[in-house]
Amino acid sequence: MALTDDHVQLAACPACVVVSPSDRVAAIRAQAARIMLSLPGAEGAGAISAVEGALRAFPGVRSARVNLSLRRVTVEAEPHLVAADLIPVLAAVGQEAHELDPGLLSSTETDRQGRALLMRIGVAFFSMMNIMLLSVAVWSGAEDATRDLFHFISGVIALPTVAFCGQPFFRSAWASLRQGRLGMDVPISLALILASSISVYETLHSGEKAYFDAAVMLSFFLLLGRWLDHRSRALARSAAEELAALEVPRAIVLDGAKEVVLPIAEVAVGDLVLVRPGGRMPVDGVVTAGTSEIDRGLLTGESLPVFAGPGTVVSAGEVNLTGPLTVQVTAAGRESSLHRMADLVAVAESAKTRYTTLADRASRLYSPLVHLLSFSAFAFWMWKTGGDIRYAINISAAVLIITCPCALGLAVPAVITAASGKLFRKGVLIKNGTALERLAEVDTVVFDKTGTLTMGAPEPLGLEALPAEALPVLGALARASAHPLAQALAARLPTTPLDDLREVPGYGVEGRLNGALVRLGRAEWVGAEALALTATYLSLNGQTHAVAFTDHIRPGAEAAIAGLRAQGIAVRLVSGDTEAAVAAFAARIGIADWVAGALPAEKAALVQGLGAEGHKVLMVGDGLNDTGALAAAHVSISPAQALDAARVASDIVLLGRDLSAIADAVFIARQAARRMVQNFGISAAYNVVAVPLALVGAATPLAAALAMSLSSISVSLNALRLRPWRS
Amino acid sequence: MAILTILIPVSLFLGAVGLVAFLWAMRTHQFDDLQGDAHRILLTDYDEKPAPKEK
Repeated sequence: MALTDDHVQLAACPACVVVSPSDRVAAIRAQAARIMLSLPGAEGAGAISAVEGALRAFPGVRSARVNLSLRRVTVEAEPHLVAADLIPVLAAVGQEAHELDPGLLSSTETDRQGRALLMRIGVAFFSMMNIMLLSVAVWSGAEDATRDLFHFISGVIALPTVAFCGQPFFRSAWASLRQGRLGMDVPISLALILASSISVYETLHSGEKAYFDAAVMLSFFLLLGRWLDHRSRALARSAAEELAALEVPRAIVLDGAKEVVLPIAEVAVGDLVLVRPGGRMPVDGVVTAGTSEIDRGLLTGESLPVFAGPGTVVSAGEVNLTGPLTVQVTAAGRESSLHRMADLVAVAESAKTRYTTLADRASRLYSPLVHLLSFSAFAFWMWKTGGDIRYAINISAAVLIITCPCALGLAVPAVITAASGKLFRKGVLIKNGTALERLAEVDTVVFDKTGTLTMGAPEPLGLEALPAEALPVLGALARASAHPLAQALAARLPTTPLDDLREVPGYGVEGRLNGALVRLGRAEWVGAEALALTATYLSLNGQTHAVAFTDHIRPGAEAAIAGLRAQGIAVRLVSGDTEAAVAAFAARIGIADWVAGALPAEKAALVQGLGAEGHKVLMVGDGLNDTGALAAAHVSISPAQALDAARVASDIVLLGRDLSAIADAVFIARQAARRMVQNFGISAAYNVVAVPLALVGAATPLAAALAMSLSSISVSLNALRLRPWRS
Repeated sequence: MAILTILIPVSLFLGAVGLVAFLWAMRTHQFDDLQGDAHRILLTDYDEKPAPKEK
């Protein structure tokens, strides 16, 4: 909707003055007062004082504060300062710093929720301690007026506490009732309300049993579970936001003859954008000047560069390889193909949230059971005592309190917190709450090739097969270009003097050896027959030679594949690259099951097909051409170097370069799933002992308090028993 | 047992002081960077003023 609205606004505003790029820069400088920098290398007290000292000494900086937990520094500065001014200052004190886009770090909202939960925990803890103090006296035999007084004070503390701390449960219970479902929060709310009102009645009638302590303790433990759950989500979200905020996308806009650097959001349709060799296309557009080769690998997966000249249509995300290109913008920002892709992914994402978690299944089984138990206890005792409502309600409240899902509420969040903390230290970031459970079920892994299993860095093949006199010529020609293939050759070969050496952007490099023309570059330009592999071609003495390339394997790729196989998981490879390139690579890394030349839609269809056969597929990919497959898979992983859209589409992001963490992640996820089931077992075991006591009316408030705290503690301890994987 | 009329209000009051202190610390963002605070205590060049708070 927002997209069309913008459109209408643009069209309906013919009188709007087009602001020149330089003025737009001035406008940004005037408002930049708060700068955020990421400090990936910050460690210990030394880093804090170095960073804060250096920044505070810099003219124009008002204050600087390091947050070591987030590895981030927030700078309040005079309006004229921008992040680029501060990065060298930090480099001088040995700190690597990257600019963060504060607009993308929307952690304030989740922060507020976390704080509200924490405040409720604080209040519940205070009340629990004070009420427990009085309850211990009652348990150890306080009688008559003393007991009534203690019950009364407990009630005065407990009622406001339950009213305040129980709100998150009441609200979600009400919401699920309105949808006609019995969520986990319905019995919780019922237990809280019933326990409080019964205790009030008993206190007023000098009864022996009051459950104020149980009601408050129940809300304390449940809030703790809620908070753990919230915290692990918030941590993952802030780390994921940081990845996105790290790429403050900028474009060089031509303002007449002047070059102006602008954030992408400020680039307008019709602007001329300059893309230097090695730079990524920031926008969709049409080339108006310059010739070059472009790498569409991230979008299509093909490893062969494509020629680009005036009139070539380029899409955001492609990489310019050899010559500078001037591109007229046809779509920028939210309209660009990169963003449209990300929007598609968001749609696919929402389908995934329908996954039924273990906790959902447990509560679906549990809620009706608890209500049934409690109600039948009430009915039985009404019949047995001949209509003693007070006694019957007392029993049914005791049943509700004893079966309270304290341990159930902690069973899953405690395990997820322990497991995602462990994985985060290994450089595996869990973005989605249910990803860990889905990862545990995986039986097939589908890898993308370019950029995922390989580094995207070419390595020449068969150089020794070339004639000896060709090598120095090759080396000399390669040194004249910044093209990745040429750079790979230049690093490995000797050189020889050549005359008239020049690069023809988009085609290759040429020069003269003893007056004869030599060329290195595209097949048709050199006059050679093109191979199916990634290759460059040399013409020398009327003969042509082909130099083929292969890709570096990403570190840990072999270990990851071996580790996954050891856990009984099938490994497949699917790539958009040519058949020959994929076949050679698959043979090298030892994957028998591969598909080459797959279009983005075919990749997604392959993953869906596997899913339809009943396989639980883990997709690992990095490119725009993988996003469909990433979203369609049961669970998906992308490396941190992947394109933004791919990271958004995946549930898990690998922060390091090493792939071997994937095998660890699957191992820990499976272990975590086992711990969750065990935790449900533990809380069920407590209930098996305590519920019969409650049903026959033998449950005391002391027994309820003991069952509740012991089961919660044992569940939390069990969650901490996760072990790292040793192969 | 008369002592209870003093002791119970005292214990409630002390508990409430703890609660208020906790709420104050939370509202002033003192739990935002626990790792950093653990290291900051080792700094010798720290200024006397409280650091500007992060919003």
